[in-house]
Amino acid sequence: MLMTRGDLFRLSGLLLLLALAGCSGEADSSVEVAASQAPGKPAYGDTYIEALPANISGLIPNVLTDGPSFDVAGLIYSGLVKYDKDLNIRAALAESWQYSPDCLDLTFKLRQNVRWHDNQPFTAADVVFTYDTMVNPKTPTAYGSDFKAVESVRAVDPYTVRVRYKHASAKALQSWSIWMLPKHLLESYARDGKLREAPQNRSNPVGTGPYIFKEWKSGEKVVLAANPDYFEGRPYIARVVYRIIPSSATTFLELKAKGVDGARLTAMQFKRQTEYPAFRKAYNKYQYAANVFVYFGMNLRDARFADRRVRQAFAHAINKREIIEGVRLGLAREATGPYKPGTRQYNPNVHRYPYDLAKARALLADAGWTEKNADGVLVKNGVPFKFDLLVPQGSDEGRKVAEIIQASFKDLGVQVELRVIEWATLLKEYIKKRNFEAAMLAWGVTPDPDQYDIWHSSKQGPDELNRIGYANPEADEMLEKGRSTCIEADRKKYYDRLQEVLAEDEPIVFLYFRDGLPVVSSRVRGIVPAPIGIDYNFNEWYVPLNLHRYTSS
Amino acid sequence: MLGYALRRLILAIPLLIGITFVSFLVIHLAPGEPVENQVGESSTQSDAKLRERLREIYGLDKPLHVQYWSWLTRLVRLDFGRSFSPDARPVLQKIGERLPITLLLNIIELAIIVALAIPIGVLSATRQYSTFDKITTIFVFVGFATPDFWLALMLMILFGVQLGWLPISGLRSPTWEYLAFWAQQWDFVTHLTLPILVATFGGLAGFSRYMRQSMLEVVRQDYIQSARAKGLSEKVVIGKHALRNALLPIVTVLGLSLPGLIGGSVIVESIFAIPGMGQLMVQAVFERDYPVIMGNLVIVATLTLVANLIADLTYSLVDPRIRVAARRGRR
Repeated sequence: MLMTRGDLFRLSGLLLLLALAGCSGEADSSVEVAASQAPGKPAYGDTYIEALPANISGLIPNVLTDGPSFDVAGLIYSGLVKYDKDLNIRAALAESWQYSPDCLDLTFKLRQNVRWHDNQPFTAADVVFTYDTMVNPKTPTAYGSDFKAVESVRAVDPYTVRVRYKHASAKALQSWSIWMLPKHLLESYARDGKLREAPQNRSNPVGTGPYIFKEWKSGEKVVLAANPDYFEGRPYIARVVYRIIPSSATTFLELKAKGVDGARLTAMQFKRQTEYPAFRKAYNKYQYAANVFVYFGMNLRDARFADRRVRQAFAHAINKREIIEGVRLGLAREATGPYKPGTRQYNPNVHRYPYDLAKARALLADAGWTEKNADGVLVKNGVPFKFDLLVPQGSDEGRKVAEIIQASFKDLGVQVELRVIEWATLLKEYIKKRNFEAAMLAWGVTPDPDQYDIWHSSKQGPDELNRIGYANPEADEMLEKGRSTCIEADRKKYYDRLQEVLAEDEPIVFLYFRDGLPVVSSRVRGIVPAPIGIDYNFNEWYVPLNLHRYTSS
Repeated sequence: MLGYALRRLILAIPLLIGITFVSFLVIHLAPGEPVENQVGESSTQSDAKLRERLREIYGLDKPLHVQYWSWLTRLVRLDFGRSFSPDARPVLQKIGERLPITLLLNIIELAIIVALAIPIGVLSATRQYSTFDKITTIFVFVGFATPDFWLALMLMILFGVQLGWLPISGLRSPTWEYLAFWAQQWDFVTHLTLPILVATFGGLAGFSRYMRQSMLEVVRQDYIQSARAKGLSEKVVIGKHALRNALLPIVTVLGLSLPGLIGGSVIVESIFAIPGMGQLMVQAVFERDYPVIMGNLVIVATLTLVANLIADLTYSLVDPRIRVAARRGRR
């Protein structure tokens, strides 16, 4: 639902990301629109039922980290700014904003007449309160560091907030998409760092978003009702029910029996099991590149992988098309770098690695891997080229990709052993301790292009994210420059160059961006697919009067 | 009798503490820790800070024996602590809201199983190798061999999608609030039908086998022979003399299934989207939510000990030989 906070933050690992996949989209999304999507007249009313794959963990998203909670909270709360359908930042609770020329002062003009769900006015005091809460060391939040560069936040008058930064930060503006919290209800809890214990985290959360909380039956459902006074206009759909259904097989059957109106499909369900006429008539299927790319990662501290020619050889030896067709049934897009194809920051003019075994062999020979032993494995200085490829357990997709890679590398004379390991153990015992040779992993990407934490050479500590040990002075420079200006055009230059450097170095083999595959009941109209996905304008979705299914009260 | 029960109860206390100590140790030694899931990976700096903050909140920064001691002393005051999940709710509240539905399902299920398994077992034992016995044997093996989730999906497709007679999952329809009182009850019953059917199918198989086996052993005994020799009707021989004795081992099995009543079936609950104990526990284990895991464990361990005691006491009530032996043992 909507643009969720989950999109704004980078996450790692196939398993974690599977649940979050499908929150956002791509410019050239090849969206399928069935004939039944002919618009009817917008009407208020009806209930929309969406399947959630797991129970939510709370109702104050500022202290949470899981996808389902963000889905729900995204409809209850709003921030000062948000991403529009083309992934540009636009005003939300703030009416406008203004940077000082040195990028150090950021002034927000707030909308007047916005009210919390309990009818109290929303003012600058709430903004200051939310900031104070986020930076309070007692608050158990994962997003406090977003405000690290802030020197002070001041309410100039009830509808003007001035933020002063210690140094220019490119992500300053987007950090204000943080959900605003009501000061009049949460002040005493926030002061003691007890936001999680606040009753608003369990029932009656109060926000300024398009929907008002009604009920949460743990593990069963969450019910929301339209907020008639929503500052961007009353939403058409009167009621939203999130049904918590852990099994994807059950969700799929519920779709068939029309027990839910919206859900996310697996590639197999999307391609092979929903193509019959009755399903096509009852649902519209959508397809867009999600914010996750899958990669083949190598530990660059290993002398073999430290040689760029070896990595380039591997990139040539992996047939990305075959992987996308075979594993994702074509429902993914080739990655040439860490940015999503079709987005503003994507640079298509980078070095590419077409599938070419001859070239791969030549590159390996260049790197000194010329002899083969009796088993057909390449040998250098008497040591055969073989390594373990770690695969997270439970990720069927990761395992299949790994098997294809294993087979291709065998042709090359490189012996790969697959090791499937439970996710928590894989992360803790192997990746974090840097005790691995190669691994099948994925990164979640954010709308903001800053990827300092993944690529910068200074980020190699045990708990840090440059796990492969990548270090390139030019990449470092681009990352530093890109994050320390508030002028978008300059940033574009730096990140374009970063992509060229990364493509040359190929520190990991970028494989593909997975597609998000949501379906929505065909009676729901007003869905306009965009680069960000489909949920961004949920308050404008509607069901024509004659198609209302749940006529209540 | 009373003294015996009391002695058993007192002996149970160190046993219970031992169980909690070992479990506490095992759970805390498992790889991964509760904070890991809640940190996200937004920024490494906040990671480290949040990790520290959470460890402090949860008391994970203290040595293990200190953690155990504070947990134990709180437990004595019946304080099970707060969940490590971000909702930070009291453990008893969390268990309390999941328990009723699991109990309801399991009690109905157990009642159906007992009601069906006893006659099936008796009939197939008294008519050993008859057609009925053979059919039930096949049924039993099919029951054993059928995976729950597969049967559940098949039934969902048949009754939910194809025929449209029953809802597929969940406990209530989305329009439940707007239904009349009786319609609400009916709605609830229809939602429970498939899960109960699936859970019963597997359990029935095992239980009827127990019953058959127990009955077969009893009918070979001399006293059955003499009952027949006395000229008693077959009905009385089987229904009174044999059945009573054959039920004895079943009492033990039933007693042991008592703690199972509060532990939901993970598979059935997940596939039917029922918010019961099974789902709560699985989530708690994935999140390494120690207080919830331990809370549930204490309850199950206590129930197991109590159930054992009750089974033993019932034994001595129904079987005079044990009563005598117990008395002799004390002297």
